[in-house]
Amino acid sequence: MGLLGLAGAVPAWARGADLLTGAARKGIDEATGPNIDLTVARSAFSTGNRRGGAIAVNGSIPGPLLRLKEGTTVRLNVHNQLEEDTSIHWHGLLVPFELDGVPGVSFPGVKPGETFTAEFPVRQSGTYWWHSHSGLQEQAGQYGPIVVDPAGADPVQADREYIVVLSEFSEMSPHTIFDKLKKGEGYFNYNQNTWTDDYPLSGEDRRMWAKMRMMPTDILDVSSAAYTYLLNGHGPLDGLEYLFRPGERVRLRFINAGAMTFFNIRIPGLPMTVVQADGQNVEPVEVDEFQISVAETYDVVVTPGEQAAYTLVAESMDRSGMGIATLASAPGARAAIPPLRDPPLLTMADMGMSGMDHGSGDSATAGMDHGDGDMAGMDHGSGDTSGTEGMSGMSGMQMRDTSRLPADVEVGPGLDMVAMNPVDRMGDPGIGLDDVLHRTLDYRKLRALTPHQEGRTPSRRMELHLTGNMERYMWSFDGKKFSAVADEPIRFAYNERVRVKLVNDTMMAHPIHLHGHFFELVNGAPDNRQPLKHTVIVQPGGSAQFDLTADEPGDWAFHCHLLYHMHAGMFQIVTVANPAGGEA
Amino acid sequence: MKKVAISLIASLAAGTAATPALAQHAGHTTSEPQQSAEQAAADEAAAQCALEAQRHRAMGHQVPEGACEPESATPGSMDHGAMDHTEMNHGAMAADAAETGMTMPMDQPEMDHSQMDQGQMDQGSMATGSMEGMDHSAMQDSSNSDAAIPLLPAPPEAGSGPARAAIAIWGAEAMEEAREALIRDTDGGMRLWFQGDRLEYRVRAGEDGYLWDVQGYYGGDINKFWFKSEGEGSFGEPVEGAEVQALWSRAIAPFFDLQGGIRQDLTGPERTHAVIGIQGLVPYQFEVDAAAFVSNKGDVTARIEAEVDQRITQRLILQPRAEIALSAQDIPELGVGAGLDTIEAGLRLRYEFAREFAPYIGISQEWRIGDSADFARAEGEDPSVTNYVVGLRFWF
Repeated sequence: MGLLGLAGAVPAWARGADLLTGAARKGIDEATGPNIDLTVARSAFSTGNRRGGAIAVNGSIPGPLLRLKEGTTVRLNVHNQLEEDTSIHWHGLLVPFELDGVPGVSFPGVKPGETFTAEFPVRQSGTYWWHSHSGLQEQAGQYGPIVVDPAGADPVQADREYIVVLSEFSEMSPHTIFDKLKKGEGYFNYNQNTWTDDYPLSGEDRRMWAKMRMMPTDILDVSSAAYTYLLNGHGPLDGLEYLFRPGERVRLRFINAGAMTFFNIRIPGLPMTVVQADGQNVEPVEVDEFQISVAETYDVVVTPGEQAAYTLVAESMDRSGMGIATLASAPGARAAIPPLRDPPLLTMADMGMSGMDHGSGDSATAGMDHGDGDMAGMDHGSGDTSGTEGMSGMSGMQMRDTSRLPADVEVGPGLDMVAMNPVDRMGDPGIGLDDVLHRTLDYRKLRALTPHQEGRTPSRRMELHLTGNMERYMWSFDGKKFSAVADEPIRFAYNERVRVKLVNDTMMAHPIHLHGHFFELVNGAPDNRQPLKHTVIVQPGGSAQFDLTADEPGDWAFHCHLLYHMHAGMFQIVTVANPAGGEA
Repeated sequence: MKKVAISLIASLAAGTAATPALAQHAGHTTSEPQQSAEQAAADEAAAQCALEAQRHRAMGHQVPEGACEPESATPGSMDHGAMDHTEMNHGAMAADAAETGMTMPMDQPEMDHSQMDQGQMDQGSMATGSMEGMDHSAMQDSSNSDAAIPLLPAPPEAGSGPARAAIAIWGAEAMEEAREALIRDTDGGMRLWFQGDRLEYRVRAGEDGYLWDVQGYYGGDINKFWFKSEGEGSFGEPVEGAEVQALWSRAIAPFFDLQGGIRQDLTGPERTHAVIGIQGLVPYQFEVDAAAFVSNKGDVTARIEAEVDQRITQRLILQPRAEIALSAQDIPELGVGAGLDTIEAGLRLRYEFAREFAPYIGISQEWRIGDSADFARAEGEDPSVTNYVVGLRFWF
């Protein structure tokens, strides 16, 4: 009943844009348990001068906020009104695997006209989200936020709280975007280096990049050339406001529901205190800017007051565009909008050559010899914007020395690079943020707010390589697309504790997401304070490690959360054995 | 980028105009913030919009870069100031700086350089091929260090074989269909590509001419059916040379495809050729297509083409191009001499209105060499021809 009411409501803010009768409403309705209906249907969407087809849930983009309560049981009914199969994955929620919503892994999917009901106890609290796990539907608008209120007191006290769902809208169909990525190298990149650019690249640098057949500007695969960046479904022209009274503590729950865009978040003039990452509370850490990858969530608390208004800037990592909202003390109040900053360039570290003494121009071996403790070896990228200066030493380095790979990595056309020295880059604030003049966030600054119980040392380590070929737009784990390993899942014994090392043999940052679990980032924190996350960015040419206690039996998706990387093959199944034996 | 900034300013004005109504939902928390576009009476909105626009114009919006950044970003609070030094192993921080290129060592006088050396030593051990040495956790004194954790495959209790937990719940049939769809959905797919690399009108001494050079494929990441066609001629005369190729193309390296198949000549003495070739991207971003041909008359020829895109701006691209034709023997009926047959060098300047649609102008010089030049002269043709070209490059 409520559904019909919602679906039939006149899209009020579309009044000025009647061209799109039946367009999805921008923004978020709230749906609370215990019984929630989610109707997935074709729709249309417009923002600014872009308009096109979309998929809306309960008639809006993003879809409704699922406001749940820890310790209760919720019934989520997914009604499929599309003409194709659909699904909804409850991203970050601990659920029985068969309700996790990944067609082909956890369940068969939801056929057109059918309803799938997921009923499960809510075992946690925090900020999460939901999205389609079928094809490329997520890009079309099938996503929304989840907030789970804790059973007890919330350690984060705020006078007001808001949700900021970051995403993208494109007039192009998601399948067309993928097609362009496959066919045209750098198709969406209009910040490429040219004869007339202002990039701090020497002629030698430029030749080095050309020699590698790679682009130093390959930061994000899809840019503002195709995307309008959305905050709660609102484009920069849509005037989204978050109201506050001066002096209030305002909690902002950031969710990156985009398909391909890492965002740099800042509110000029207003420091942000990060209190939660991926739904799990962390020790408060104050920053001026943070990068959020696709699929991550961060909760921050701000105390606006001195200014009448503040601009919330969600700048795409490639700095081709931004999403905008205003924190306003009164409706209509506005603050200045900062201009886009210069686009960043990939660095030596992004090429997998961290710590190499390229400055001396010595051979690779000499460059890696840090035993002398020579500080000169550390000066690459020391605040200069290029970070690629003095790459002359590159000439002796091999970009694809496959002898460095473990035996189980398949060497083929789908692997165009091997990181020479893939160091742990947990302390990296993200591409383009290593030289900003204010405080940024990185994974080493995250500490679990309360110590967790797990105290075991992992019984084994495993290593997985993130591999790809930019030119062919192939992406995979260990050089093998999912089609090559569909019958060979990554297996864990029940309750086994394993340290997983992800090595990024590509020049792109990959947000890697494991379904059904929280892993602990190995970030230098004491064992019991390692932050819990469901998604970890592995920086280009670097590595990241997490400790996993495999205590959720069943089959779980494990993939790069960049939608088109997953679509190109960067997907695997993780199987956690059933403690009772049987099929798993 | 400037365009975006301007439109943002416009949006600011428009957005402000659209939000006069006061917080109807002021009490709400954790839900949609107010977006009150619909509440503005149209004329009032217009008036406000004008006012607002004026206000922003008055502001000039020549806000210096960084003016909106927090003023509190004093050096003391930069980057590592926020790090918890009491808990953080300094060795790890040193390595952190080494890897990320942060400026910390310069403004962290309390840094213990001996520990840093230690960290560097650990990195140095990487050179021996050991992975363990590099992990920061290895530098900690906790039992949780990598070195203490063996690199092992999954234990027997982890089970083996395909993932089948879902089959036990939903049934094999339902899962199999979804599983196949998932594999298809995460495999890159099959696609059709068609490119008109050169479709051009050629102005030259004598009759103006035309040329086409198209190619395309259908296939997946590794195996493709590849087709190519080239031809040229002068207006008012029969087509001089035209051919089609049908090839199987297989990715054999990150940047190269091996291609093999047949070529059919459509003009002149009828010839069918077997083709073997390599197409791909060589260092310095040259697109190269090299192929050898053996005709049904036993003639062996070869052709090497190379082109490179030089971006002048994001859309204006200069493309030098060269093509060399070789022959193992004289083929008098084709006017081909043994050895170097022809050389063609071109320079084309195109403007990408879209990536897929780029008109161009350019110049193309052809030389027939050696015996081929003699054949040309014998037929009353100039062995050296300069073409001024205008054309279109497109793909879909």
